[in-house]
Amino acid sequence: MTDLEKRDLTIESAVGQDLPLRSAEAITTEERTQFQMIVTRFLRHKVAVGSLAVFILIVLFAFVGPLLWRYDHTIDRSIPSDEPPSWDHPFGTTRAGQDVMGQVMRGTQQTLKVGFLVALLTTGIGATWGAIAGFYRGRIDSIMMRIVDVIIVIPILVVVLVLAGFTRGTTWLSVALIIGLFGWTSTARVVRGMVLSLREQEFVEASRAMGAGDARIIFRHLLPNTAGVIIVDATLVIATAILVEAALSFLGFGIQIPDTSLGLLIQNAQTAVFTRPWLFYIPGIFIIVIVLTINFIGDGLRDALDPKQQMVRR
Amino acid sequence: MLVYVLRRLAVTIPVLIAATFFTFVLVDLSGDPLQELRFATPPVPEATIRAREVQLYLDRPTVERYWLWLTGIGDTHGDIGILQGKWGPSTQGAMDIGTEIGERFVITLRLVGAATLFALGLAVVTGVISAVKQYSITDNSLTFFGFLALAMPTFWLAALIKEAGIWANQNLGTNFATLGATSPLYYRMEGWEAFMDVVLHLVLPTLTLMLTGYAAISRYQRASMLEVLNSDYIRLARAKGLPNRVVMRRHALRTALIPVVTLAALTVSGALTGAVITETVFRWRGLGTFLTQSIAEYDAFAVMAFLLLAGILVVAANLVADLLYGVLDPRIRYD
Amino acid sequence: MEFPTDDGLVQAVRGVSYELRRGETLGIVGESGSGKSVSSLAVMGLLPKTARISGSAKLQGRELLGLTDSELSKVRGNKIAMIFQDPLTSLSPVYTVGYQLAEAVLAHKDVPKSEAWARAVELLDIVGIPNPEQRANAYPHELSGGMRQRVVIAIAMANNPDVIIADEPTTALDVTVQAQVMEALRNAREETGAAMILITHDLGVVAGTVDRVCVMYAGKLVETGNVDQVFYEPRMPYTLGLLGSLPRLDTTRSHRLTPIVGTPPSLVNLPPGCPFSPRCPIVQPICIEQEPELFSVGIDGQYAACHFHERLIGAKPVDLFPPTTIDEELVAAYDEAPEEVAHEEAR
Repeated sequence: MTDLEKRDLTIESAVGQDLPLRSAEAITTEERTQFQMIVTRFLRHKVAVGSLAVFILIVLFAFVGPLLWRYDHTIDRSIPSDEPPSWDHPFGTTRAGQDVMGQVMRGTQQTLKVGFLVALLTTGIGATWGAIAGFYRGRIDSIMMRIVDVIIVIPILVVVLVLAGFTRGTTWLSVALIIGLFGWTSTARVVRGMVLSLREQEFVEASRAMGAGDARIIFRHLLPNTAGVIIVDATLVIATAILVEAALSFLGFGIQIPDTSLGLLIQNAQTAVFTRPWLFYIPGIFIIVIVLTINFIGDGLRDALDPKQQMVRR
Repeated sequence: MLVYVLRRLAVTIPVLIAATFFTFVLVDLSGDPLQELRFATPPVPEATIRAREVQLYLDRPTVERYWLWLTGIGDTHGDIGILQGKWGPSTQGAMDIGTEIGERFVITLRLVGAATLFALGLAVVTGVISAVKQYSITDNSLTFFGFLALAMPTFWLAALIKEAGIWANQNLGTNFATLGATSPLYYRMEGWEAFMDVVLHLVLPTLTLMLTGYAAISRYQRASMLEVLNSDYIRLARAKGLPNRVVMRRHALRTALIPVVTLAALTVSGALTGAVITETVFRWRGLGTFLTQSIAEYDAFAVMAFLLLAGILVVAANLVADLLYGVLDPRIRYD
Repeated sequence: MEFPTDDGLVQAVRGVSYELRRGETLGIVGESGSGKSVSSLAVMGLLPKTARISGSAKLQGRELLGLTDSELSKVRGNKIAMIFQDPLTSLSPVYTVGYQLAEAVLAHKDVPKSEAWARAVELLDIVGIPNPEQRANAYPHELSGGMRQRVVIAIAMANNPDVIIADEPTTALDVTVQAQVMEALRNAREETGAAMILITHDLGVVAGTVDRVCVMYAGKLVETGNVDQVFYEPRMPYTLGLLGSLPRLDTTRSHRLTPIVGTPPSLVNLPPGCPFSPRCPIVQPICIEQEPELFSVGIDGQYAACHFHERLIGAKPVDLFPPTTIDEELVAAYDEAPEEVAHEEAR
């Protein structure tokens, strides 16, 4: 909008009566910061917001729960075995004498810890990898992306299985490290794509003209602009990581006794689907709800960060 | 096009080799196959352990081991070298890796093939319906169901379906095959009977993999279809006076299917992963259980054999998808 | 015509009315967002299902709004044909050009495929595409933009329609190609004898081609008349502004183009009164309170929506929209030694 001074000119007599001319006034709109706009758009997605609430509840359940609940996941002689859900044991008990709620709390906690650590690792490795590849292009990009191709050839569960199996990685930390070590490929690709298009923009040239070095440009200017894409990709990665960890534990190569994981709980309950359903369904439902809410949140974030999406209300 | 295929192969073979090398190194670094032997009680004599090491080529450095595994050129016992068709010694007793995976590969291929086909089919159908009826109740429920399927752990669904099958067999008189890839008496069956036996055993596992595998592709198909539906050429097609059904079929669908074809490679990869889990639950003697078994036994060469096959499958699927893409989309030409 | 959106109801078109006579060419002019394309899309029934349309559109006495899709599809491409703006995306990428042309024919006539194909080649020839037999086997991405647009015109002509609606046919193309496309449009008109509606924001394109003009602003018709009336005797400030912003070769170099300051209003929350009032140089209180209707002005057939249309008799664009710099000395110096002054100015 250009600012124009008001001028008072009048039309010449050819038009008859004198009518005062004026110049247009700037049209004003309410200013909103980008962050506020993103938050507003996110809040419009009721499902995403609801999912966020549920997810927070689950996180509290997993991390704060064990501090408050009287049983943990270990065997306790005083616990009656094979009991369906009751007031004493809202999730029931196992044959060996464990409180399922305590187990599920612990299992969820381990699962979430793996998910978060993996997200951190993959974001760190993947974003840096992708940014460097996208920024330098040419030979460096080729080599880096070939490496990514090599990693992708083998399905991640298989790679993780092999490594975890051979190292007998049994703690949540080792599982998370292994998954994180190979799970960053999608983030790398996504960030590379964004950097490739971002680097063509003028602010890159401008910062270079001001003497900024490569590292500064990459980390201070390019990466922050990819934040949106990274966040959305991160939700996908967390979801995948959680499912991979669960599968790993189910097959016996992940988190092992005496610790517990949701996958491990399900493995023990495989044959109890109809006889002692609480042992099978509850851990399963927990996994499903966690991954579901993460996916919905990711969806909501994607819509909030991409203004081109349109939804028509009826 | 032949030139293109050859060029692609020239690129992917090094990738495969790199992938196998890289996993080989990881496997080598991560564990000692003879760990249990070394710490067994009563203690095993040194000589035995030494002999075992030699047998498994553990007395060579990692790179040499890999080279031997790949080419078999060098100081070998005559049982190693992929390029010579030999799979290497196994730690699992007298098992010959080659024959073992040969049988198992066919079994797993059936499952992976059927699962990919049905998953893609379901994905296309649900994606298209969702797009055409955008924002309707049908779309919303299909989308929700898809999300649910995405969130569902394969092993959980597999266990559920298996138990449901058993329950149905007991209470509804149905005859779902819940264990194994074939019945115990399969070797005596012929022709139609044998075929039906295989199919019946495929039903439940394929159902599992279909449900867990279709969701991601379905969303993609929906997005692709939506993009096509809102495009100018659809508008022009309708402006020409073509009836809606024709526009949908001939213009929208045809164009919207193209990008989904490229995802077929992804489905195969996912189906392979799913096969590992499903075979475990349904107790199939396939490649998936071969993997878990071999890992448990620290059988490095067996695991490498699996990885090689898995890699080849994925790469082949990628190549087929790309070629198909070139056939379907005139804008892509590989001359 | 209204569209529900996240921000509210967008009133894309608030009032348009015109009549098209047989063989006549009507030009609809306006800025982006003035509603010119939307009204034609509505007639063809090509708007998204969420659009709410009210009013009437009759073709040879037959009401079109409210027909079912299958009934309308018999009219589309047959009696009324449409040409869209972007030729790159208007043609399906997976079928050959010839196929898409033949398809247009086969949609309404039951003839053997070979005959449809022959007609396709014939049509390509009429719109001036060289080597039509060969080109018919080409895919859209193998043709240039101008050729693609001519194919689209050929498709529109295929069944000798009574009306051809050309929605910004040259906007996406280079100026040099524009002439070819306009030529093809002229051929189309002559071959089919159809009436044409030419929608554009480019007054220059309109000048030599149309018989009548409709000027639209903020979803409404603000002036209409035959082409001479509107161009030489405009009676609405917006029209004057449009004409004033046309680059002209016959004025002295001293005058810069005079744009109309400001931007078109948002169609979501339109204030009462004339929508042009924020930008109008002769705005008065009544303009803000009361939206002007279309007054009949001048010789019959011309209408303008301005409360002060009488005052505008004989007005020229410079009267309302004076140029932004009047530096007499600079102008004089420029006429004598252009190069030196150009250097001066560039500094």
